[in-house]
Amino acid sequence: MAMGQRRSGGRGRGDKKSADKQQGQRRPMFRRRKVCKFCADKIDDINYKDVKLLGAFVPERGKILPRRISGTCAMHQRKLQTAIKRARQVALIPYVTD
Amino acid sequence: MAGRQYELIYILPPDTTDEQAAELHTQVEGIVSRLHGQIDKTENWGRRKLAYEIGHFKEGVYVLEVLNGSGELMKELDRRLRVMDQVIRHMIVRVDEEKKVIDRTRTKRQTQSEGRRVRRGLPPVRQPGEGRGSDNDDADDDRFEGMEV
Repeated sequence: MAMGQRRSGGRGRGDKKSADKQQGQRRPMFRRRKVCKFCADKIDDINYKDVKLLGAFVPERGKILPRRISGTCAMHQRKLQTAIKRARQVALIPYVTD
Repeated sequence: MAGRQYELIYILPPDTTDEQAAELHTQVEGIVSRLHGQIDKTENWGRRKLAYEIGHFKEGVYVLEVLNGSGELMKELDRRLRVMDQVIRHMIVRVDEEKKVIDRTRTKRQTQSEGRRVRRGLPPVRQPGEGRGSDNDDADDDRFEGMEV
């Protein structure tokens, strides 16, 4: 189920098959395959007012969570980025926290 | 659709009374109507904690207005709001094009799924109690836990 987990009806793009396999050989660890949250949950609207949604992609420090960790696809990461930057402008999300 | 739709969001100091907020709203309304725009919707979010201090304020009253109008109107509004000292922060964002895209993807997805279902000989809309129980295997999603950036 680890790597063979495939979503039915989901988008086939962004399949990191070969990379997964290689890593599996090097490190026989259970690793769940990352899926773009917005594609999987069919969230069309990434809005700067939705602090609850954006908050999941802004860790403690206040930086935007990178794609390689969250697994977000390129299109949605781009939309997420503008939304987070807008939310920062109106003080809904911090620029930095320390 | 010729008109452009914008969202104006502004923050007032936390000690603003409802009358003061209403007065500011009428001022905004005046500018909008003078330059042939309309206000579609007004939302007062009330007092909220700010994510960071603006000036010396830690809280603010958020007001959101959805407007229809021209770019010149937004320019004028932006200029006026910048000058007003009872507005501690404001932002204008154009929203109509994004909304259009969202609607398009949503309808496209729906027609596609209906088409798929019809081809499989099923009714176009999912019936209650159909298929496997749940398809949210994301419930135990822990990909953000223990991640360091």
